Amino acid sequence: MTDAVEEYEAVVVGCGPGGAAAAATLARNGVETLVLERGVDAGSKNVSGGLIYAEESAPYTIDGLFPGFREEATERPVTENIIHNIAGDKVKSFDIGGLHHHDTAWADAVLRRKMDSWLAQQVHERTRETGGGLLTEVHVTGLLRERGEIVGVTTEELDPIKADMVVAADGVNSELARDAGLMDWEEPEEWFQGVKAVVDMEPELINARFDVAPDDGTAHLFSGDLFDGVRGGGFLYTNESSLSIGTVFHLDSIAEERAEPHELLDSLLTHPLMAQWLGDEYDEREYSAKLVPDSKKAAHPSPHKDRLVLVGDAAGQMQAQGPIIKGMNHAVTAGALAAEAFADARARDDPSQAGDLYEKKLNDEGVMDKLRPTGYRVFGQLGELGPVDDLSNAIADSAVGRFGVRAAAGLLERAYSSPRLVSMIPDTKLPYVTLPTVIAEELGEPVTDENTVSPPDLADRIGDLTYDVGDPHIELVDKSFEASGTAVTACPVSAEDFGGGCYRDEMVQTNGSEEHLVSLDTQPCVECGTCAIVADTEWEHPAGGKGVEFNQG
Amino acid sequence: MHTVVMTKGVPDFREGQVSFDEDGHLERGKTPTVMNPNDKHALRAAFQTKVRNGGHVSLMSMGPPGYKEVLQEGMRDVYADDLYLLSDREMGAADTWATAMTVATGLQNLDEQPDLVFAGFKTADGETGHTGPQTCWCLDWPIITHVLSLDIDEDAGTVRAKRLVDGDISEIETVEAPMPCFIVADPEFEPTYRKASHRLNHKDLREETQERAEEYEDHLTVWDHEDLNLDPDYIGLDGSPTIVSGVDPIPKAPSEREATMIEADEREALEPVLDELTPYAAGD
Ligand SMILES: Cc1cc2nc3c(=O)[nH]c(=O)nc-3n(C[C@H](O)[C@H](O)[C@H](O)COP(=O)(O)OP(=O)(O)OC[C@H]3O[C@@H](n4cnc5c(N)ncnc54)[C@H](O)[C@@H]3O)c2cc1C
Ligand SMILES: Cc1cc2nc3c(=O)[nH]c(=O)nc-3n(C[C@H](O)[C@H](O)[C@H](O)COP(=O)(O)OP(=O)(O)OC[C@H]3O[C@@H](n4cnc5c(N)ncnc54)[C@H](O)[C@@H]3O)c2cc1C
Ligand code: SF4
Repeated sequence: MTDAVEEYEAVVVGCGPGGAAAAATLARNGVETLVLERGVDAGSKNVSGGLIYAEESAPYTIDGLFPGFREEATERPVTENIIHNIAGDKVKSFDIGGLHHHDTAWADAVLRRKMDSWLAQQVHERTRETGGGLLTEVHVTGLLRERGEIVGVTTEELDPIKADMVVAADGVNSELARDAGLMDWEEPEEWFQGVKAVVDMEPELINARFDVAPDDGTAHLFSGDLFDGVRGGGFLYTNESSLSIGTVFHLDSIAEERAEPHELLDSLLTHPLMAQWLGDEYDEREYSAKLVPDSKKAAHPSPHKDRLVLVGDAAGQMQAQGPIIKGMNHAVTAGALAAEAFADARARDDPSQAGDLYEKKLNDEGVMDKLRPTGYRVFGQLGELGPVDDLSNAIADSAVGRFGVRAAAGLLERAYSSPRLVSMIPDTKLPYVTLPTVIAEELGEPVTDENTVSPPDLADRIGDLTYDVGDPHIELVDKSFEASGTAVTACPVSAEDFGGGCYRDEMVQTNGSEEHLVSLDTQPCVECGTCAIVADTEWEHPAGGKGVEFNQG
Repeated sequence: MHTVVMTKGVPDFREGQVSFDEDGHLERGKTPTVMNPNDKHALRAAFQTKVRNGGHVSLMSMGPPGYKEVLQEGMRDVYADDLYLLSDREMGAADTWATAMTVATGLQNLDEQPDLVFAGFKTADGETGHTGPQTCWCLDWPIITHVLSLDIDEDAGTVRAKRLVDGDISEIETVEAPMPCFIVADPEFEPTYRKASHRLNHKDLREETQERAEEYEDHLTVWDHEDLNLDPDYIGLDGSPTIVSGVDPIPKAPSEREATMIEADEREALEPVLDELTPYAAGD
């Protein structure tokens, strides 16, 4: 019957790659560490494309922290990476092996449920030895403060907990980062939205269709005119007995074009180019979606406050290196660096220095340079200025531009493979839509295969997901279409004229006038985070163990 | 803390498990025996004391040798530490009184006197709800029934409980009793773990007992009436004052009875209904 507040040396919130790396490193340093994860199982809430990279230049890699990781938790190693420029049925493919292999020790395809739950098991065993451990089904709701200073966390399921360090590894919609005032959920420009289908396929078929050995895999990326002008692209990665096929688009572009994310995914799935790989039988295991921060704009330069440090997506540390997406590896590095910083600070008898030390390590180890490259700050943002963008589009699309594309085919392929050049790419139509389209039109060959895939409709996709519904976790604050209408299309499980999703719009008669209103039902929510940004909501995650449960991820 | 939970094996009444013959009699041979569902609530309450206050949880049952598997279930699913079965022919056909006598003697025969003994609210078959309180009467302990939640103060040697007054959810009271104490857990009992350390303990202990459940017989003690020094005249059928004068089958649920459909707008068709009802209206 003791009412004393519980205390741990460190509390880690979230057990994705960032939280797992932080917890393992804390435990290795003998720090009493409690890990709190809201899913029924680590990984049950998580989605990635999933190519996890181990960079040669990184101070920490996931297999370094967790020996056996590649044998136990990943799918296939990916040794080849091809980007396809698409215009109608014309396709020009470039090998971007240069970019893929640059600074890469290895890269494996992963499915997050399998990966994260394996990591969580390791994390629990190691942190348990320190007197802490990992608990699932605990939703951390915010920061515990004493005299205005952060001293711990509050949760829905447990009494408040104090700690000398709080690691917010709670992913893209970090409630802790928001509570601390370090991140906001305002600007769609700072985010991508990823949508993915995991497609069942026999290993032998994968080997044959992709021409890979049983223990080898491949990556294909897609850009061009197949996404209705929405800025972004598609991906396909080979798993052991499934394919991960998805799309990642700039959220502002999805919002502006009023695009339906599931339809954009379907545009990829049904393109003739995919026929050779998908064959006639299409069996979708799972549909999923999640926001992805864009480090170029969102990575916090000083991701800490009082005893709180942010790592991974929570700190915006998700790098889009041209078409290649690197979030998991940076989360791992940041998590381990934050832990290292705490161990150093504790050794100096001043745990409160941990945040500053962490920031210093992020800079010294070159992590911040990757997340916010100077080249982008100089050239990329310039390219995003309206007039420059219009001009570049016009040139690329002009006779001169087209001639240039034809003349410089080899050069272009090399350019796509240059880590330095792709880091400068502006977030405009030019690199995502115009250039790939022109390349395909000028250099591409038509694909003649017939694609017979008919992907499941949204109702079936929602129906196949597992939900343990709790109380509604999102509240629609402004119901007007003007304020929140974008969510009707941008929500990956809602669509115009579809009644079974989260968001719907309707014309309502009030006192003679007609109002265009939006309504929300969180039952089919996949907790992607989109409407936290594009609609006027009070957005929280559901209670521990409640809400959607991904089996693939 | 040493807690003991009393349990009984009952037919598994769940859909797909239970089997009835044409006359609606339970077919015991075809229906598996499982741990009485209410006893699981009691065991969860006992496990909570172990998670929060340490110690161990024993599970005790009087019944045929087949109950061993019921006890194993208690270890595997609800994490009991050790198991006691009181079993022999002399104990057979006991009513609640004789059962209580036997179980109370079993409890007194333990090496370590329990601090708390838990019983379920009632069984899924006998349904009397007498056995717990009668066992307590034999022990001459304080009893708290309809318990919803528990807090133990080991230093003071007391237990504080929230309980339903008259079994009614609309009225809840908090009572305190010295230990040892007898607890009847209400089916609404919900263990709560608001401390991270409790949940971590829970996880460890759960894994530990689940592993042990594979070799549950190593943790099982079987006592017959001689081990307990019980006079056969006071237990089993001979010790049961209850006389079963007869057993009537329960009438079928209304929806399953035969019904005559009458269209309400036909006046004539309604005549027989009126004839049927009139005597009741007259008070006959
Ligand atoms: C479609 C898509 C494709 C992607 N492709 C790639 C790719 O190919 N390669 C790559 O490296 N990255 C990719 N990413 C990005 C990558 O998934 C993330 O950058 C990475 O998962 C970030 O790791 P993290 O540990 O910071 O957060 P997460 O992996 O999101 O983990 C956060 C954890 O915190 C938990 N949590 C959240 N809030 C709370 C709370 N309040 N209380 C308790 N627990 C909480 C969550 O349940 C989760 O387990 C992709 C993302 C998407 C959506
Ligand atoms: C009229 C009548 C006739 C019966 N005739 C027979 C008969 O001929 N042959 C026969 O075998 N049985 C017979 N029984 C069943 C037997 O008497 C009861 O099952 C037994 O005494 C328990 O009573 P109960 O099922 O009502 O349990 P309840 O009093 O409802 O049970 C309450 C709690 O007491 C505990 N408990 C109950 N039984 C046991 C037990 N055996 N061991 C340990 N803890 C226990 C459990 O914690 C349970 O949740 C008869 C029962 C009745 C009512
Ligand atoms: S309701 Fe919001 S968080 Fe949920 S799936 Fe739709 S956009 Fe994503």
